[in-house]
Amino acid sequence: MHELKFDPGMCGRCTTIDCIMKCQYLHYDLKTALSEHERLVDGEQSTILTDCVTCYACEEYCPYHNHPFYLIVDRQEELGVHPVPKPLEKSQVVMMGPRGKIRPKTLSPPVINMCFFTVMNACIRGRLFEGASLIGGSDIFCNLMFLHFARNSTIRQRLPQMIENIMKNYLEPSGVGELVCYHDECYGTYTSWAPAYGIEVPFRPVHLFDFIYRRLLELKADIKPLGVTVAYQRPCSNRLCPHTDHFVDDIFSLIGARRPKREFEYEHALCCGGVPEAQQRFELTEELQAKNVEDMKAAGAQYCVFNCPFCFWTLAERVFKAGLVPIMMSDLCLMALGE
Amino acid sequence: MDQIHERLTEIVGAAYVSDAAEEKFIYSRDQGVQEPHAPDYVVLPGSAEEVSAVVGLANREKIPVVPMGGGLVLSGLTIPQKGGIVLDMKRMNRIIEVNEKSHYAVVEAGTSQGMLDAYLKKHHSALKHSLPDAPPVATIAGNIAIHGSGHLSQSEGGFHSEMVTGLEVVLPTGELVRLGSCSTVPGWFSRAPLPDLVGLFLGWNGTTGVITKVGIKLYPRPPYHDVLVFMTEDIDAAPDILCRIINTGMAEDINYALAPKPDYLNGFQMTVINITAHSEEELGMKKKIIRESLRHYFETKEAGFMPVPPNLKANFLEVPQKALSKFADVRKGGGFEYVGAIMPLEKIPQACRAGMEITGRIGITYSLGARIIGRGHSAMFFFAYPFNRADASEVGKVARALEETNETALKLGGIPWKTEISGQQLILRQMDPQTRELMEKIRGVLDPNRIMNPGNWEVA
Repeated sequence: MHELKFDPGMCGRCTTIDCIMKCQYLHYDLKTALSEHERLVDGEQSTILTDCVTCYACEEYCPYHNHPFYLIVDRQEELGVHPVPKPLEKSQVVMMGPRGKIRPKTLSPPVINMCFFTVMNACIRGRLFEGASLIGGSDIFCNLMFLHFARNSTIRQRLPQMIENIMKNYLEPSGVGELVCYHDECYGTYTSWAPAYGIEVPFRPVHLFDFIYRRLLELKADIKPLGVTVAYQRPCSNRLCPHTDHFVDDIFSLIGARRPKREFEYEHALCCGGVPEAQQRFELTEELQAKNVEDMKAAGAQYCVFNCPFCFWTLAERVFKAGLVPIMMSDLCLMALGE
Repeated sequence: MDQIHERLTEIVGAAYVSDAAEEKFIYSRDQGVQEPHAPDYVVLPGSAEEVSAVVGLANREKIPVVPMGGGLVLSGLTIPQKGGIVLDMKRMNRIIEVNEKSHYAVVEAGTSQGMLDAYLKKHHSALKHSLPDAPPVATIAGNIAIHGSGHLSQSEGGFHSEMVTGLEVVLPTGELVRLGSCSTVPGWFSRAPLPDLVGLFLGWNGTTGVITKVGIKLYPRPPYHDVLVFMTEDIDAAPDILCRIINTGMAEDINYALAPKPDYLNGFQMTVINITAHSEEELGMKKKIIRESLRHYFETKEAGFMPVPPNLKANFLEVPQKALSKFADVRKGGGFEYVGAIMPLEKIPQACRAGMEITGRIGITYSLGARIIGRGHSAMFFFAYPFNRADASEVGKVARALEETNETALKLGGIPWKTEISGQQLILRQMDPQTRELMEKIRGVLDPNRIMNPGNWEVA
């Protein structure tokens, strides 16, 4: 079975423990952080395992790319720590499981992988996505969400089959080598999680923002600058690919949107609250959402842009009630194209 | 044209009497598995006076009369076992009065749930009545007559029959009488302090008279509404969990359900808690109190609240709930059976196991669950069995399951609700003989010719 490429020696030599000290949800002094982290590395029970919000951020904080978050999830699973109540976890495992209904299909590029969010297919429209083919559903689902459920084993077990399904049924018959990932979760799977577990990805994953940016460049003449201030709700899985964050600025500069200076932005972005809610941490959820939306408002944002549908569903109502317009990035760009 | 048809035509007009084969076919059956029996006449009266005249005629001629509301009872209670007249009340659908200050409405017996709900939303938006999870064509009178329950039964006083403030009924001998405060003063505000005769017409399956008007309690309609869904996988925990939620006093409606489909819910139970409030703050506070009541469960991770995405939440917030109506058609072919058993809360785990055992052994699908009634004084536990009417073997299996479920419900200490004739016989056999005798005496006094819905509640 695919094992995590993790170097305990690297952690042993680390004196700053950024993975814990930068965490916005664990509030340890350096001494406690060192000791709890040591327990984590040694495979012992640690408060890190029970208190972790599973926001993925420590994957970004670790300067050595030693996969602290994947280690936490592995340890949670080994030690039987369930961040989310067991019935919710078990039910999700069945709900998101492959159905074996996939059939080969010839597609024309660009091929966009909608992940499990086929309900969002209507977002892929207009000139921005002209000619695009959509794929999605449980037979090609990356399963990375199980990081929130301490179920790395589920991802390990399912992902190779998902990758093979994508290749054999869609990309190979179509002669396509690139897969545009609608969701950060898929992109993060193929560019971070899969390499960390030694799983080969035989196609080139493309981040949705990368794709949108390139399309906007082609359509530059048709863009009517929006002239609006837009807060960005960074999703947890973008922590696995922080190098894509610049596309938000690149896109905004093309469509005439301003990204305001915020307290909870970039490395300090806050979780939408969806996962803490599933973890039954209701006070924390309330606190996070209030802080986050208040910060957007204080920064003068008129819109809040999302890439993750789950973040959207979790936060949209609250954002709207605060007087901001919640919107998916693709729709914001379509607005700039007058669509 | 025969003489009876002629006299019925004189009473209600030619357009509202029929003995045509196609009408008789439709009125001979319902969506359940009970054997069809055709009526001789279908009559749609337009007023209480017409009902009185029709029933008077039937009494003189000793013709059976079966009153019918929406015809959705499923257990054959409006199937005319011995022919005669089916009295379809749907034309009598006027909303006569809404008293905003005293919180009641007076409606004619054919008024549907959907009509009253729409009327209140449009003209009295601060008020609502308790809606059963039936299609909106179900009638107010039909539902109270069978001791129905609905989305306010948990928080606002129990069965819909308990929300009745007064009745107008036509007795089996044709007299029109009023019961409750409306018998003495103009208002329909209360059954107390008079001797309570309303109960003579509730739960009797139309064997004691025909309800023509109903006074029904109305309740505030708070503008804020949300839902919490608590997921478990231990059936035995149900009474404690439900009790904890009830005791907070914060939930408007509480429903518990389990089903083998979809796959991802098989083996789990969902407690759906609806909450209403007058402000966001109140809503938030109520959610907080309910969550706190179950902290013990979610902290151990053995159970927990499910995050509910907006598309799913919209379904949970629907009143009436359409989930069971949708489930009714899961096998296609238009067949649905339902044993509702009124039982104490502590029997829910046994009822769940019994339902799964019966359906597993017989080989049919199911949905099981319970609505909490009257802040936990009882539960309406449902064993719902959809079937394909075109599949005779499936119809037979469901009929068997129904019979076994009725027996099981009684053995568990519950009482089958609005049950078909065979179920009524089971209840009567178990009933205290003095109670049985009293029922017989009452019927003898009210209906000397035994014309009202014969076959129902008949002591063998």
